[in-house]
Amino acid sequence: MTLDLTQFHEIFFEESFEALDSMEAALLKLSAGEVDAELINTIFRVAHSIKGGAATFAFNEVAGFTHVLETLLDQLRAGKRQVRPDIVDVLLRSGDAMRAMLVATQRKEAIDSAGVAKLRAELERIMSESPSAAPPAAATAAPSASKSVAASGSPAPAPGWRIKFVPGPELLRHGNDPLRILRELATLGKMRVSVDAAGVPALTDLDPEVCRLRWNLEVLGQIDRAAVQAVFEWAESECELTLERIGAEPSAPAAPSVATAPAPEAATAPVSAPAAEASTRSANPDGGSIRVSIEKIDELLNSVGELVITQSVLSQLAAPLEGREAGELRSALAQLERHMRALQESVMRVRMLPISFVFNRFPRLVRDLGQRLGKKIELKVTGDTTELDKTVLEKIGDPLVHLVRNSIDHGIEMPDVRTAAGKTEHGTISLHAYHKGGNVIVEVSDDGGGLRKDKILAKALERGLVTNEVELSEERILNLIFAPGFSTADVVSDVSGRGVGMDVVRRNINELGGHIQIFSTQGQGSTIRIRLPLTLAILDGQLARVGKEVYVVPIVSIVETIQVTRERVNNVASGGQVFRLRDDYLPIVRLHSLFDIEPDYTDLLDGLLMIVEADGKRVGLFVDELMSQQQVVIKSLETNFKQVTGLAGATMLGDGRVALILDIPGVITRFQAPEERGIAKPQAA
Amino acid sequence: MSPSSVNTGNSSGALEAADTQQFLTFKLAGEEYGVGILTVQEIRGWSRVTKVPHTPDWLLGVINLRGVVVPIIDLRVKFKFANAEYNDTTVVIILTVATRVVGVVVDGVSDVITLAAAQIKPAPSLGTGADTRHIIGFGTLDERMRILMDVEKLMAGADMGLVDKAIH
Repeated sequence: MTLDLTQFHEIFFEESFEALDSMEAALLKLSAGEVDAELINTIFRVAHSIKGGAATFAFNEVAGFTHVLETLLDQLRAGKRQVRPDIVDVLLRSGDAMRAMLVATQRKEAIDSAGVAKLRAELERIMSESPSAAPPAAATAAPSASKSVAASGSPAPAPGWRIKFVPGPELLRHGNDPLRILRELATLGKMRVSVDAAGVPALTDLDPEVCRLRWNLEVLGQIDRAAVQAVFEWAESECELTLERIGAEPSAPAAPSVATAPAPEAATAPVSAPAAEASTRSANPDGGSIRVSIEKIDELLNSVGELVITQSVLSQLAAPLEGREAGELRSALAQLERHMRALQESVMRVRMLPISFVFNRFPRLVRDLGQRLGKKIELKVTGDTTELDKTVLEKIGDPLVHLVRNSIDHGIEMPDVRTAAGKTEHGTISLHAYHKGGNVIVEVSDDGGGLRKDKILAKALERGLVTNEVELSEERILNLIFAPGFSTADVVSDVSGRGVGMDVVRRNINELGGHIQIFSTQGQGSTIRIRLPLTLAILDGQLARVGKEVYVVPIVSIVETIQVTRERVNNVASGGQVFRLRDDYLPIVRLHSLFDIEPDYTDLLDGLLMIVEADGKRVGLFVDELMSQQQVVIKSLETNFKQVTGLAGATMLGDGRVALILDIPGVITRFQAPEERGIAKPQAA
Repeated sequence: MSPSSVNTGNSSGALEAADTQQFLTFKLAGEEYGVGILTVQEIRGWSRVTKVPHTPDWLLGVINLRGVVVPIIDLRVKFKFANAEYNDTTVVIILTVATRVVGVVVDGVSDVITLAAAQIKPAPSLGTGADTRHIIGFGTLDERMRILMDVEKLMAGADMGLVDKAIH
């Protein structure tokens, strides 16, 4: 029987790409001067496992090249050769070459053999150099220590943590369960537990809600301090926790690197390192993950969405019932609802990935582009464990790349300019992601020169984007860079040919239901803040009724909702109406005439005006009545029908009916260009 | 399930002879029509639809079919028949066309009939006034004639645009 290996190819490619990512991350750390045995080990493991896999599948060119690379890495690992910037550079390019070869193999295309051979020659040249005579002490000491760790069967006593866990009396009242903490701790490694029950009073005096127990724990195994602390995260403020390392502590020189590396880098390290571990060593303690296709998850999400709707139909049916059983039914349904919400949330979480998947490409980008432009740039990444829906993540990548490139290109000044301005020679670009009120905020900031407002304004005047008559607020001026046809290249520098403008960035963000803001102080730098929804599958909506129809207006588009007074409405000669909102005059969009439906009210004074905004344009949307605000599951109209301008999709209401979700930019477009079927009535024209 | 194979006539109900096809027949303005049985997903009673703005009048709107948004088409409006009424006997046939699901409103469902290839007569040209591209032919059984429709061609018509042209 012959085994068909091709079925494993995809997995091999996928794992190799992931491994290459972690190798690159490690190399970048090396290039930042952080020479650490564990880093070299990570890189070595990647090369080794790719070589093994490639040889198994008879991808001989990949295996051959990787073998040379591995030899060099082995020398580095053994401390026979010192890490030098030029070696790191070659290694980085080797990583790229391996990726290119794998991609070519995956697509069954020819491999760029010439380029590979050249790189191979370079690697061989480095290896032919006489090894550095005196490798530094740290480099030799560290690998030997970590080797003893890598060899799992080493006789040295297993290292681990001695933990003294003294819960405060309030711990239980605040919903923390020590048992749960202990169970989770046990998943990290072999655990010895001894409980100290001396503090427990006699049964008559016992208050079951007061925690009097204390524990002495020993967890054995190679465990990160952060991992242990994470277990106690929720209880931390309510207990005394003492962590003490036991067993064979890696020898002295390596100790600081262990202690320092994970701590300040806690945000980045756990993301890249586990990926490498998982693909190289199957005996990973927390490697219990499986690959599931996104369609399966979406199917699951759909079914759960259905359950939620069915459940709310049931609740509505049960509401008018009377009698004892009805009460019981209702409470059972309320319980069902809680379970449903929990289920829905867990399924949503399955789709979520840490934003590091996008952030990971930036260290390389910043390094390469900075080098090319002769700028010294440091990249700071925070909050890269913040989770986002996979679809959002996929679509946010390109706009972010554009923004970071802009910061490198136009934001950060040349070193001499910076020094002259009294700044550090190194420019800093920060990527910062965090949660805020049901949204994820991503900020790209630099400490460069900032935007030149005068130049932007001059350019906008020249292009006819604004007129001289109006005094523009600072925000409005900055926002001009998002205007289509506004070229930043002419304004800030001569580097151009990017192909994508800021208007595209903004459009991409808006398509995701997000929002982009810009802050800038001249001479001190700029910050671009992107607000993104957690997921594309669910939308925060305001239900609005027009006649018999109910529409969902995305909350993100709503500025405010107001009751109209006569004196604030002006009739325009051509038949349109405008509404005065403070200093602005807003056109009024009558949803009933735009959508050709029978409303309850046609007089503006009877209904409500929702002020909505899209692409910097504001209009007043006239509806009969506002209903509840709720999260709705977005269903595509395109699946079985086609896209309709002005509609973002549809959703199911609690009673099982379909409600259409408005797409505010589309509504405004349609309002401004009343089209073919001549539906728009005179008031709306 | 591949609806297209049904309509081209080379496969049919498993228990039938190789050259027969099954059709679901329904009434529209007094005439009987038939569609290939394998395109039919289910039959539902009339329920309220949500209107979709800026769509032709024969598209009544969309309904929630177990969590899927399904457009509902009134063939009586589409074929320009008078008196499109909605009452207790009004029925919606849910059809699967290529990858899409659409509902079609009819006056009532009649029967499932089995026709041999010989019983299906090709549609004659009805002159410039009538578009017969979506008609497979006329099927005669027990002296009664049914108009057999190719649902995919019907839905792919330029004005409908519900099925991508690529499949043809």
